[in-house]
Amino acid sequence: MNLRESIQVSLGALAAHKLRSGLTILGIVIGISAVIALMALGRGAQSSITANLQGMGTSVLFVRPGAPVQMGGVRMPQGSAATLTVEDARAIAERVPQVVTAAPEFGLVAQVVAGGQNVNTRIIGATPDYQTVRNWYPAQGEFISTAQVDGQAMVAVIGSNVALNLFGEGDPLGESIRINTRTFKVIGVLQTKGGGGFALFDDQIIVPISLQSRLNPRRTASGASNVSNISVQVDREENLETARAEIEALLRQRHRIQEGRPDDFTVSSQQELTQAFSQVVGVFTLVLGAIASISLLVGGIGIMNIMIVSVTERTREIGLRKALGAKRRDILVQFIIESIALSFAGGVLGFLLGWAESLVLSGIRVGGTTLQSEIAPDIVVLALGVSAVIGVFFGIYPAYRASQLHPIQALRWE
Amino acid sequence: MIKLEQVVKTYQMGQVEVHALRGVDLHIETGEMVAIVGPSGSGKSTLMNILGCLDIPTNGKYYLDGIDTGKLSDNRLAEIRNKKIGFVFQSFNLLSRTSAVANVELPLLYSNGGNRRARALASLERVGLAARAYHTPNDHSGGEQQRVAIARSLINHPSIILADEPTGNLDTRTSVEIMALFQELNGRDGITIVLITHESDIAAHCRRIVRMLDGKISSDEPVAQPLIAV
Repeated sequence: MNLRESIQVSLGALAAHKLRSGLTILGIVIGISAVIALMALGRGAQSSITANLQGMGTSVLFVRPGAPVQMGGVRMPQGSAATLTVEDARAIAERVPQVVTAAPEFGLVAQVVAGGQNVNTRIIGATPDYQTVRNWYPAQGEFISTAQVDGQAMVAVIGSNVALNLFGEGDPLGESIRINTRTFKVIGVLQTKGGGGFALFDDQIIVPISLQSRLNPRRTASGASNVSNISVQVDREENLETARAEIEALLRQRHRIQEGRPDDFTVSSQQELTQAFSQVVGVFTLVLGAIASISLLVGGIGIMNIMIVSVTERTREIGLRKALGAKRRDILVQFIIESIALSFAGGVLGFLLGWAESLVLSGIRVGGTTLQSEIAPDIVVLALGVSAVIGVFFGIYPAYRASQLHPIQALRWE
Repeated sequence: MIKLEQVVKTYQMGQVEVHALRGVDLHIETGEMVAIVGPSGSGKSTLMNILGCLDIPTNGKYYLDGIDTGKLSDNRLAEIRNKKIGFVFQSFNLLSRTSAVANVELPLLYSNGGNRRARALASLERVGLAARAYHTPNDHSGGEQQRVAIARSLINHPSIILADEPTGNLDTRTSVEIMALFQELNGRDGITIVLITHESDIAAHCRRIVRMLDGKISSDEPVAQPLIAV
């Protein structure tokens, strides 16, 4: 018997029990769709993070406070130690020749009120260099000027989501907002960056970095204002490593770190950050996917169960086919094809359902993050491949049992 | 063409050994029409299974067309069943929800024969059912179902047709019709037919009657004047 005939026979047998086949397929549909939806959303998060970070260009270094810790081969900043200052940024810009600009920034979360609206969002203290380094400019109005930084002007440039949340369709320029009880004038609205991931760019408000002491009382030991990040624009990508070494040497000297002691700051490149974030999201997605795949296992067991029932029910038919000349292999192939057909159909439907689920979810904002869905060819191949493998794996035992039936006993079966 | 030499078949049923066949010698020539009769437990079904290559003897030899079937692998036995033997069962054993013509084609599925539909229709024509080729078994009467089964047994031009109580589920009138068909296939086309039955008036349609008792052949006689079914 050739493959096409085997498939025809198998499909005919499945079509004879439509409800049963449908319910069996449902188990796989649910499993596959859960895995696909999670993977699509995970992939979406990954690529939005990557896109955001890459939007800054490849010749950027980030200096963060805190000693580096090893994480999967990637240096991750430890975070809260307050060791970097605005003066460090200025020194980097002035004394490292490969550096074009060094934009210090600090961040805090604060309550923002305008009119009757109020949002809890992230405030970034920055200098004009922030635009250049981040490659991110105002869509309306203008950015903070050097004069405003020096003069500690109470002005703010707001993200497009903030504008929408606080002012709706109205024009935010010239309006007043209150951040931690202090009044700021809106001078610009930033371009929409879109996406989400962990970055939430469009929910940020940017104020002059010089206002830090008024908004955030945290200081370094020496009394200077600390910053949470210095974004350094290097002139050429090839100079990244040289610049990194020089920045490290400069900061060690400025922070008076003795020979042999670890850095109290971390320098990382854009690629490293992208990699680290992608890795975190990737692991996260994988874990969720693994949990979802438990339902696939349940679906697979459902297939096995139904195939065993089917073999028992059709014992006489198997006996007849053997009497008429079917070999063990013919019977084996017929039943394996049946179970593959079930799980593969489940895989195709599950993939479509999972895709639809991820598209429905992709508009939704969770904790300020907008979910994004992305279906890549490898996800498609994975879904269909996994479902076919499930069909073989869970179909092989029932099919083997069928193939081993003795024709005489099978024919006498009542 | 069929030659059994001292065939012994012993089953293990739990602790008990069942001696189903205790040394059977039998020759059946091409073109014969033989009835095998005997009470239940006489070993006629076991003999049928061995003749049909569904089972192999514990001892002794079975030659079919000169082939020693005791030495064959499962796959070779399946091929022999497919090519050389046509089965007709008491309960018809047709696939329900499957048209008559598709049922008749079934053996061709396992021998990769071409031109299936035409051959199956020709086979149905021979049993007088061409007009109802596309009906499913549920739409057929018992006699018609058995005709479909006979058409199926003919499809691969077998050396022998083995019919196991072919009239057991049929009324008298239909039984006679089926016997007429067997006589026609035997007389007109020269097909060898071995028929198992416990009904003596069915056996009387054959030209030779082999009686079984306790796993042995108790008598083997030609029928002087076989009944002619019409």
